[in-house]
Amino acid sequence: MTVNKWTAAKVARKVIDNEELFILDVRNPDAFNDWKIEGHKFEYLNIPYFELLDGVEEILPKLPMDKEVLVVCAKEGSSIMVAEMLSEEGREVAYLEGGMKAWSSYLEPIKVADLENGGELYQFVRLGKGCLSYMVISEGEAAIIDAVRFTDVFTSFAKVKGVEIKHVFDTHLHADHISGGRQIAAATGATYYLPPKDATEVVFDYTALTDGLHVTIGSSQIDVNALYSPGHTIGSTSFVIDNQFLLTGDILFIDSIGRPDLAGLAEDWVGDLRETLYSRYRELAVDLVVLPAHFMIIDELNEDGTVARRLGDLFKQNHGLNIEDEEEFRRTVTDNLPPQPNAYEKIRQVNMGKITPDHDEQTEMEIGPNRCAVR
Amino acid sequence: MNITKTLDAKGLACPMPIVRTKKAMDAINTGEVLEVQVTDKGALNDIPAWAKSGGHSIINQREEADVIIFHIQKA
Repeated sequence: MTVNKWTAAKVARKVIDNEELFILDVRNPDAFNDWKIEGHKFEYLNIPYFELLDGVEEILPKLPMDKEVLVVCAKEGSSIMVAEMLSEEGREVAYLEGGMKAWSSYLEPIKVADLENGGELYQFVRLGKGCLSYMVISEGEAAIIDAVRFTDVFTSFAKVKGVEIKHVFDTHLHADHISGGRQIAAATGATYYLPPKDATEVVFDYTALTDGLHVTIGSSQIDVNALYSPGHTIGSTSFVIDNQFLLTGDILFIDSIGRPDLAGLAEDWVGDLRETLYSRYRELAVDLVVLPAHFMIIDELNEDGTVARRLGDLFKQNHGLNIEDEEEFRRTVTDNLPPQPNAYEKIRQVNMGKITPDHDEQTEMEIGPNRCAVR
Repeated sequence: MNITKTLDAKGLACPMPIVRTKKAMDAINTGEVLEVQVTDKGALNDIPAWAKSGGHSIINQREEADVIIFHIQKA
C-alpha cells in the first residue's frame, strides 16, 4: 500500500468542509491532551510511536477501514515510520507533512465580506493555533490587523490581489503568538501602529494607535476607526471597519472573553475589561459583526470556516457578557484561569523587540493552543 | 553509578533517538544503566514517557550545551 503525504492545507480543507477523518496521533499523551488537530467530525486514536516500535498489529483493529486515516506527530518523522509500518500491513494511510509544527503554522485566507466599491475583507484563519488575522483591501491599498509571523503569506496575498500594504496594526502586544506586523511594515514601507500603553518597553519605532485614530483604505474610503478598549492588556484597541465590522482583538471572542492576566496584572485590569465589555461595547451598534483575534474551539467556526458573529447575538449568547454581578465577573476572570500560553513571557519579549530568536526557536515557542480567553 | 553503555544519538531526529535507545536497552541487563545523548528537543518529553511505559527509571537527566543526557536504568 502507498503512504500518502498530506499538507496542512489539505487537512485545513477537511476541517472547514466538515469532512470525516480518523487521526492516529503518535505523540506522547501529554502533548496530545494539551493540543491536537480539531475537526467537527474527526475521530482520534492516540498511541505514542514509541509503543509501536515492535509492530502495529495491536492497533490495526482500532483503525477504521471505511475512513481516511491520517498519522500525525510533532514534526513528521515518527508519523512516517508508523505510516510505513501500517502500509506494510496492507493499510492505506497518510501522514501530515511537517507534523504539528506545520499545522501550527498554516494559515487559510477566507473572505469575510465584500465592501463598498469592490473592497474586500479577509480573515486569515490559523487553525492549528486559533489565531485570526485580517486584511482590508480597497482600490489598490491594504491594511492588515494582527498579522502572525508568517509575513510572506500576507505579502504574497497582497501581491496576488495587486494591492499595496499601507497600514499594519496590532490591536495589542500579543502574548500567545509572535506578531509579524513590524516585519511586514519594514518590508513594505507601511506604517506600523501599536497601542502606546502596551508599547512602553518596545525597542523599535512605531506609530501610536490611539482612540479615535482614523485611516481610510483606498479612495472609496473604507474606514478603519480605532476604539480604545482595555482589559486583556491596558492598551488593547478595537477597530470598527466600514461601520460594519468590529475587530475586537483579544477582548471579546465568540464563546469567551479575553483574560486580563497575561501581562501579569489581572487584578488591575479586570475593571477595564468590565468597562469595555459592559459599557463601551454596549454603546456600539448591535448589528456590527464581531471579528476576534482568536478562536478557542472548533465550534466557534461558521460553516464557511470564518469566525464572525453579530455583536447583538453575542450580547445574548456569550456567557462573559452576561455576568450581572461585578464581583462574580471579577472572580470569573481572575480565579480558575486556564494555563497560560506556552512561553508567553518570552513571546511578549519578542514582540517588544527585546529578543530575536531564530525560526526554529519561534516555532517551538508557539507550540500549543493560544489560551487567551476565559469562559 | 556505573554506566554500562553509552548511546550517541546526537543529531538524530525523531523517531531515531528512541529507536536506537530501545535497541541499546534490549542489549543490556536488568539494573544496568544506559547513557543516552540526544540533541532532538522532542526527546525531553518522549524519552521519559517511553521509559515510563516500559517501567525503566530515569535516574539522571541533564543538559550540557545543546545536548540532553539521560541515564536510564533497565527494568
